[in-house]
Amino acid sequence: MEAYPLAPVRAGVVSLTPAAPGHFWLTLEAPPVARGAGPGQFVHVRVSSGLDPLLRRPLSIAQSDPASGRLRLLVRVAGEGTARLAALRSGDRVDLVGPLGNGFPAPVLGPVLLAAGGVGVAPVLAAAAAVPATTVCVGARTASLLMALEELGAHGHRVLVATDDGSRGVRGPVTTVVERELDARPYSQLWACGPVPMLRAVQRLAGGRGLPAFISLEQYLACGFGACLGCAVEATRGGYLKVCHDGPVLAAGDVVLRGLAGEGVGRG
Amino acid sequence: MGKVDLSVRIAGLELKNPVLLASGTAGFGRELARAYDLGRLGGLVTKAVTPRPRAGNPPPRVIETPAGMLNAIGLANPGLEAFIADELPFLRACGCPVVVNIAGEDEAEFAALAARLDGLDGVSALEVNISCPNVRCGGLAFGVDPTSAGAAVAAVRRATRLPVIAKLSPNVTDIRSIARAVVAAGADAVSLINTLVGMVIDVRRRRPVLANLTGGLSGPAVRPVGVRMVWEVAASVGVPVIGLGGIISANDALEYLLAGAGAVMVGTGNFVDPTCALRVIAGLEQYLEAEGFAAVSELVGLARRAGAGAPPD
Repeated sequence: MEAYPLAPVRAGVVSLTPAAPGHFWLTLEAPPVARGAGPGQFVHVRVSSGLDPLLRRPLSIAQSDPASGRLRLLVRVAGEGTARLAALRSGDRVDLVGPLGNGFPAPVLGPVLLAAGGVGVAPVLAAAAAVPATTVCVGARTASLLMALEELGAHGHRVLVATDDGSRGVRGPVTTVVERELDARPYSQLWACGPVPMLRAVQRLAGGRGLPAFISLEQYLACGFGACLGCAVEATRGGYLKVCHDGPVLAAGDVVLRGLAGEGVGRG
Repeated sequence: MGKVDLSVRIAGLELKNPVLLASGTAGFGRELARAYDLGRLGGLVTKAVTPRPRAGNPPPRVIETPAGMLNAIGLANPGLEAFIADELPFLRACGCPVVVNIAGEDEAEFAALAARLDGLDGVSALEVNISCPNVRCGGLAFGVDPTSAGAAVAAVRRATRLPVIAKLSPNVTDIRSIARAVVAAGADAVSLINTLVGMVIDVRRRRPVLANLTGGLSGPAVRPVGVRMVWEVAASVGVPVIGLGGIISANDALEYLLAGAGAVMVGTGNFVDPTCALRVIAGLEQYLEAEGFAAVSELVGLARRAGAGAPPD
């Protein structure tokens, strides 16, 4: 265990590889982080050595390997901060804090259905490495934006695909496929990450079946480690939960999906 | 190492160095204790404590801005009794002096908070939060008016023998008048600046990003305002001034010290780098050694004296 787990780590950039238009895989060498990371956790990455962009960017750990000390992050270029990351080269150093947050539950008893939308496939990929062979539903707006399908298959999982425009797999939101799969086979849990509308659909699907479901959230945040209370999300029982500390993975029934980071202005 | 003296005395507190953590950025110490030994700090100011628990504002609560950020947390805290029972024991043992920030909606609440915390083991001083701009009543009203600011501090002063630091808002016409009023009311020191009120609009959704609409601006963007106000206030009052607002490097801290601050606080800087305060402390020490000063206290207000301390060209 690290004596000071929040002390920043200087990670080495191993490689950047394209994942989809506007998205790339960032492979880093950060042994202390890779050693301690669990599925669903994230790292908080500095994108500038100067004053602007000021704040770190939270990025889900998509893959981590304690043996090699490597991490793989999936980055969507959404603004100035992530654009700076896209300019990194092998051999550069990146300042990051992590692993952070509360990830997917463990141990896993019974079959877990995994569901990912868009860049939400990152924490789902981490979860896929931690559960026995199962089914993963992956959705995107169009075929070119589907990511990590090979990696998911490599874990022995059955991968079902959906695209909004029908260019690959089932036409429609990924939750259409999730619902069919829940009707077809018994599952003890549903784990999901994706855009807020998808997560709302997951809440409805799981709630209607009384199925335990866990969702990974994205929220505007500042410190990333539970001190500033900036990343609050409304709790169904009243009060607020901290996405960086109580989450990013939360029980679907515990949270009101309102006021979350969305498609509008953000730090990107 | 160890040749220069970083110790400062502020409002009756002996601090091993002039760097404290600012209220609202370090919770009640537990999180940053996972980044380093808090005993290395000059001090730590807690999140604002209110008489009753507050859940805070609905999200979004924070948004980045150029070299800064807005926050509208809404004074979320567990309330006075839960603070004393659940948070104070940890703080008592954290290794540095703890200043408890208190926020009341009226004078009676300020007095009650002060009276309850008076004499409690682990509480070294109180910081009176008259300036938080996110509360719809009480806080904002107090901080912008010398009379009400003075009344709040007077209520605290009557209720405690602890050192009382008044935290000032920059959202005022003349911060000097507020500073004079709180000092006349019995403040042992003043800390400034709190956040500036700002807004970010989401042009895609065509509405403000924050649920609260406005938020407090902090970070490097506000530093020149803070330095200017410290300069003004240091000339206006005879008590120590604690400077904060955008300090993320030793250089930033030095600006404040030279402007007249006897100590500084790091706030938003903790989000950029959890170990920011340590780097500021180390940088101050290096500056003193390199520039030939024996003690950090020699720097306080040095920029105010014409010609004093000017380096050779």
